Amino acid sequence: MSIFEYNGSALVAMVGKNCFAIASDRRLGVQLQTIATDFQRIFKIHNKLFLGLSGLGSDAQTLHQRLVFRHKLYQLREERDMKPETFASLVSAMLYEKRFGPYFCQPVIAGLGEDDKPFICTMDSIGAKELAKDFVVAGTASESLYGACESMFKADMDHEELFETISQALISSVDRDCLSGWGGHVYVVTPDEVTERILKGRMD
Amino acid sequence: MLTKKGLKSPGYLKTGTTIVGLIFENGVILGADTRATEGPIVADKNCEKIHYMAPNIYCCGAGTAADTEAVTDNISSQLKLHRYHTGRESRVVTALTLLKSHLFRYQGHVSAALVLGGVDVTGPHLHTIYPHGSTDTLPFATMGSGSLAAMAIFESEYREGLTRDEGVNLVTKAICSGIFNDLGSGSNVDVCVIEKGKKEYLRNHLTPNPRTYISSKGYTFSKKTEVLLTKITPLKELVDVVQVGGDAMEE
Repeated sequence: MSIFEYNGSALVAMVGKNCFAIASDRRLGVQLQTIATDFQRIFKIHNKLFLGLSGLGSDAQTLHQRLVFRHKLYQLREERDMKPETFASLVSAMLYEKRFGPYFCQPVIAGLGEDDKPFICTMDSIGAKELAKDFVVAGTASESLYGACESMFKADMDHEELFETISQALISSVDRDCLSGWGGHVYVVTPDEVTERILKGRMD
Repeated sequence: MLTKKGLKSPGYLKTGTTIVGLIFENGVILGADTRATEGPIVADKNCEKIHYMAPNIYCCGAGTAADTEAVTDNISSQLKLHRYHTGRESRVVTALTLLKSHLFRYQGHVSAALVLGGVDVTGPHLHTIYPHGSTDTLPFATMGSGSLAAMAIFESEYREGLTRDEGVNLVTKAICSGIFNDLGSGSNVDVCVIEKGKKEYLRNHLTPNPRTYISSKGYTFSKKTEVLLTKITPLKELVDVVQVGGDAMEE
C-alpha cells in the first residue's frame, strides 16, 4: 500500500466570481480502520488564505505547524499578510528542500490575492506547482474528483452556486473512495466573509 | 530503505512531454507541449514547460516537474548574480556548464532532461542536457517521451537557413506530432523565438485540443447538499458611527 493511502484524504478547491471554495473530507484512518471522523485537513493561514493538506496525517500537521511559523515571522517582518502566490512559492521551496526524503503530503492552497482576485494551486509532494484557473484536486479520491469537477465546474459562479457545486463534487467523489468520506468540510471565502459548513455524507 | 521493505514510493508529477529546439537563420526557436501527468492521470492540462533562464536564454524541461522547475530557477538566479558581477549579457555556455555541473553532482537523481537555447554575443546556441549531466550541441534537438515522434518530423524536414515563419511552423508540426502520437504529451503548443536582441514567448501558440461538446445548460442539482453546521465569520468589521452631540472641535 502506498504511503499516501495510509490515512486517506480528499481535497478540492474551486474558483468562482471574486470568491473561492476549498473542501475536504473528514475521515482519518489507519489503512482500513477509521479512527477519527472529524479530522481537520484545511487550515487557515490568514483571513484570506487557506491551506489544505492531503496525504499522511502526521506530515500534514507537521508541515502546517512549520508553515504557520514561517508565516508569523513574515508577518512580524513585513507587517502584513502573505500573498497567496508568495505563500505557494514558500510551500514549494519547503517541499523541494526535502527532495530525497519528502513530506508525504500534497498541499492545496487557496486564497484571495491582490484586488481580491481568487488564487488556487496544488503541488505534488516535492513542490511542483500546478496553477489552475478553475479547480484543483488532491488525495486518494483525486481520480474521481478530477472527473466530477471537470463535468460540474462552470466559470464565474457566485458563492451560493459554488458551494453547491463543490459540495456535490466532493460528496459524489468520496462515495466512490473507501479511504475518504464521513462527511465534508467546506469553506467558501468572499472578500466580505468566510462561511464554514459541515456536510452530511455517507458514514461508511 | 523503505522501498526495500516493500513501500511503493509516491508518484511524482512528471511532464511526459515533447520538447524541441532548432536553430534558424537569425536565432533559436524552442517548442513544448503543455501536459503534466501524475502516473496515467493528466494533472495539468496547460502547464508551462519553457522556463526563463535569462533575457536571451530559455530552457525547456522534461522529466520530474519539481526537478526541472527547481534546477532552472536555481541556475537562473545564479546567472542573474553573474550578470551583476560581470556587467555582461549571459552566455548560453555559462548556463550549460552550471546546469550540467549541478545534474552531474546529483548523479542522475535530479531527473531533469533539458533543451537549452539562446542567442548571445557569440551567436545562436542549442544544447540538450541529460539527467546524468551529459550534453550535446546540435542544430535541432528533441527530448521527452514524444522525442521520437518529433525527431521524425525534424529529420525529414529540417534544413539550414530556415526563415522565422518556416522555423515556427516546423517546431509546431514537431510538437503536434508528439501531442497526437505520444500519450505522455498533449494539449497545446508553446513556442519561444529568440533572436539577437529580442525574444518572443508565444504561450499557447496553437490550441488543437479544445473542449468539445460543452453543455450550455451546465449542471443543476435537484437535491441540495445537507448541511449540518454553518459558521459565518465576517471579514470586514461593521462600524457603528455614533454622533455625539456638539462640534467635533469642542472638548
